[in-house]
Amino acid sequence: MTDWLFLAEVCLAGIGAGALYALTGVAFVLIYKATRVVNLAIGEILMLGGYAFLGFAAGWGLPAWAALPLAVLCGGLFGAVVERTLIRPMLGESPISVFMVTVGLGSMLVGAVELGWGADPLRLPEFVPNRPVFIGEAYLAPKVAYGFVAASLVIAAFVLAFRFSRSGVALRATAGDQGAAYSVGIDVPRVFSLAWTAACATAAGAGVLVGSIGGISPTMGVFGLSVLVVVIVGGLDSIMGALVGGLLVGLIEALAGAFLGGEYKLLATFGLLILILMLRPYGLFGTHEIERL
Amino acid sequence: MRIATLKTSYAGDEALFDTKLQRSLLALFGLVLAVFPFVAGPYWLFMACLVAINVASATGLNILTGYTGLVSLGQAAFMGVGAYTVAILELRVGTPFPVNLLAAGATTALVGAVVGLPSLRVKGLYLAIATIGASVILHFVFANWSLTGEARGLSMPPARLFGNDLDQPFELYWVIVPITAAMILGAANLFRTRIGRAFIAIRDRDISAEVLGIPLLRYKLTSFAISSFYAGVAGGLWAYFFRVVTPESFPLINSIFYLAAIIVGGMGTILGGILGAAFMTMVPEVLKLVVGWFSPYFPDALAALAPIRTIVFGALIVGFLIFEPQGLAEIWARVRRFFHLWPFKT
Amino acid sequence: MTSELPGSPVLKVEGVSLAFGGVRALSKVSLEAAEGTITAIIGPNGAGKTSLFNAISGFYRPAEGRILFEGRDISRLRPPARAKLGLARTFQNIALFRGMTVLDNIKLGRHAHLRTNVLDALFYWGRAQREELALRQEIEERIIDFLEIQHIRRAPVGALPYGLQKRVELARALAMRPKILMLDEPVAGMNREETEDMARFILDVKEEWGVTILMVEHDMGMVMDISDHVIVLNFGQVIAQGRPAEVQRDPAVVSAYLGSGDVGELSRRLHARQAA
Ligand SMILES: Nc1ncnc2c1ncn2[C@@H]1O[C@H](COP(=O)(O)OP(=O)(O)OP(=O)(O)O)[C@@H](O)[C@H]1O
Ligand SMILES: [Mg+2]
Repeated sequence: MTDWLFLAEVCLAGIGAGALYALTGVAFVLIYKATRVVNLAIGEILMLGGYAFLGFAAGWGLPAWAALPLAVLCGGLFGAVVERTLIRPMLGESPISVFMVTVGLGSMLVGAVELGWGADPLRLPEFVPNRPVFIGEAYLAPKVAYGFVAASLVIAAFVLAFRFSRSGVALRATAGDQGAAYSVGIDVPRVFSLAWTAACATAAGAGVLVGSIGGISPTMGVFGLSVLVVVIVGGLDSIMGALVGGLLVGLIEALAGAFLGGEYKLLATFGLLILILMLRPYGLFGTHEIERL
Repeated sequence: MRIATLKTSYAGDEALFDTKLQRSLLALFGLVLAVFPFVAGPYWLFMACLVAINVASATGLNILTGYTGLVSLGQAAFMGVGAYTVAILELRVGTPFPVNLLAAGATTALVGAVVGLPSLRVKGLYLAIATIGASVILHFVFANWSLTGEARGLSMPPARLFGNDLDQPFELYWVIVPITAAMILGAANLFRTRIGRAFIAIRDRDISAEVLGIPLLRYKLTSFAISSFYAGVAGGLWAYFFRVVTPESFPLINSIFYLAAIIVGGMGTILGGILGAAFMTMVPEVLKLVVGWFSPYFPDALAALAPIRTIVFGALIVGFLIFEPQGLAEIWARVRRFFHLWPFKT
Repeated sequence: MTSELPGSPVLKVEGVSLAFGGVRALSKVSLEAAEGTITAIIGPNGAGKTSLFNAISGFYRPAEGRILFEGRDISRLRPPARAKLGLARTFQNIALFRGMTVLDNIKLGRHAHLRTNVLDALFYWGRAQREELALRQEIEERIIDFLEIQHIRRAPVGALPYGLQKRVELARALAMRPKILMLDEPVAGMNREETEDMARFILDVKEEWGVTILMVEHDMGMVMDISDHVIVLNFGQVIAQGRPAEVQRDPAVVSAYLGSGDVGELSRRLHARQAA
């Protein structure tokens, strides 16, 4: 009996963590859909969010309800600046070059954070109620539970905005065909900028949630590696894929961590990655572009 | 433009260094390399060996990424495979070091070809991400396998040649630098033949290349294998140089280092791999020097060295990609063109 | 049905169909290219000409039908294997390798016939060197001189004007030791003079090299001047074929080609004519 309970708890924790993967995955997909940039720095931007929160909450002594939106805002601003200064000059370059720019960006962020706050892991000030949460009999760490709720709300908001808002429509049009979007009068550069802003703001928010659970450190960007797996599994250009992929990776990591040991987490994730690449190279929901000669 | 030099034979025209000036420069450089160990102090010898190892590895990555267009973030992990192979052979088998180095290359080539297998189905950035996956898996193996000494890693004896222990940079220099030189020559030769042309064709337009008679998978795997062979030998040299191999010796950030090296140096040129690796290896040293100047005024300056280095690496990648995508090799070519025409035209 | 073809067919396409989602790019296309002739394929934009070439080179897999080369069914062969047999081609949107010089682009064409392996290449000893030098000599004497591109052999292809790029593509295809040469719009975008040069080269290839040529082209003047046999493709179907003069005399074909005629009407008239 207890075994089943344990399994249920592990799964719940996995789904909770998976929601954060999904959230970051959505941020990644947003950028990919709009600008076709594979942003390897997503994990570092997430990390930046965590440190920004720390800066506002611990450094300036702001309460959490003020520090969180400020951190998100910081992320958004950062995204806008990055898009304008690093991504736009690379327009028309090979996707691989742009990818490498994001690799460089990630490296710069890690260095900057380490310079500012040191290399040691830090804890974020507590801001989530810590009354234990039980689902049935299964215990769920309160932070994970609230993280899950927050992530789900943001994802839901995204999906709605994507479907129904003007910007969402413009974004989808741009994702479909940039040239056509231009010709019907959509301001494509603005869409680019918007996508980066929204995505980086989201990632920064996710960073606060992730940091509140596990603490923050300059190596927190490895979270981005798992997110990479999430979006590959789901398909780089599919929001739906990011959701499913996020939960799947969260679950697999939790199970591997609980039953095999913590060091097996990344192994399991990347095992899944290789498997998916061999079996369904463009992910569960991704579109495979046909090449022409 | 360069005025055509008159060639008497196709062999002359197909030579690697086709002008007298180039050949004299090369001979001069060779001479400098030969005299260097006798005039340089231990620090500079140490750096020279390190540069040579990194040049060998970067040249390998350049074959794969710069020439074949397959981005790999696994080069450091591949070096790890080579380093562990050498260490294990030294400790368990005791074969002579040239054999170990070759075995390191061969083992890594095999691992590299397996890692390249997803290119059967995916390409471009998907493949790059698959190589990240491969390095994560390789690190797991390094850290958890009893043969690789788990987390402690392996310590190994120095290389032995004719009964002498090669444990000083001065001695190792005479092994590492010639091997690197031979590897560079091999890479340059590759691109005088159909193998190298096939790589470039795959990079430029893979589907047309296929219709023109190039089996894509075979050549992509070949490129992975050659590139990993280079990484394996470089990793083996690294192992003989440092004599301890641990799972932390070859982190993912080192793979980014090699990628940065070929970007900064110039992708798809042999010279680029050399210049880039040398440059990127020296950057931290220069930073150390600069930070050293500041340390009397800022007491924590030395602690800031590591993060500053990380920032500078990133900034160099980004800066070169945006402002000088052809890298140092192109800057060098511009300088040469300038002097070629000078003083007639600038 | 079809007019007399001189020589036996080098290439035979039998009932090939190909669809992209809902678009039927080719439906039951059958045709032959007789040895030592120039066969032109004409038809309006989107008729499926390039798709047909792609199916023949193996880049697309037809849903049905067979492709026979010198009597052998090659439908299951991968593109590189077909290239090795002697199916060479050029591309509608020039597909030169921009990172290489003209000379290297041409050399690349010979790839399938060379034997240098990785070890030879790394050391550049023996076989690699011999092979490269022999290749260089042959390319210089047989191809570069023939196509009059000596002056650009060291140039990076990206910097060349369009007409010369097309010529380099032809040179690369010739380096493939073609038995059949497929040219996709060899003179598109060229001026009068360049077109005439290219037409002369194509005729010379046929006559001096004895290579069978299959050519897609929109330039009617050139098609009528140099081809031995013309095949008209419309909406993925062969709607007419015959000697240039026959096809040319048929106003229906011309109007279909110009895209102004009704296709049903066209083929009805055509069939009526053939029945008569
Ligand atoms: N890869 C592809 N995916 C989807 N549809 C395609 C693809 N390739 C060709 N088509 C479609 O097949 C049809 C035939 O195209 P094709 O390029 O063969 O025409 P074509 O006769 O060469 O025209 P043109 O004279 O313009 O070159 C067109 O409707 C085209 O849109
Ligand atoms: Mg066409």
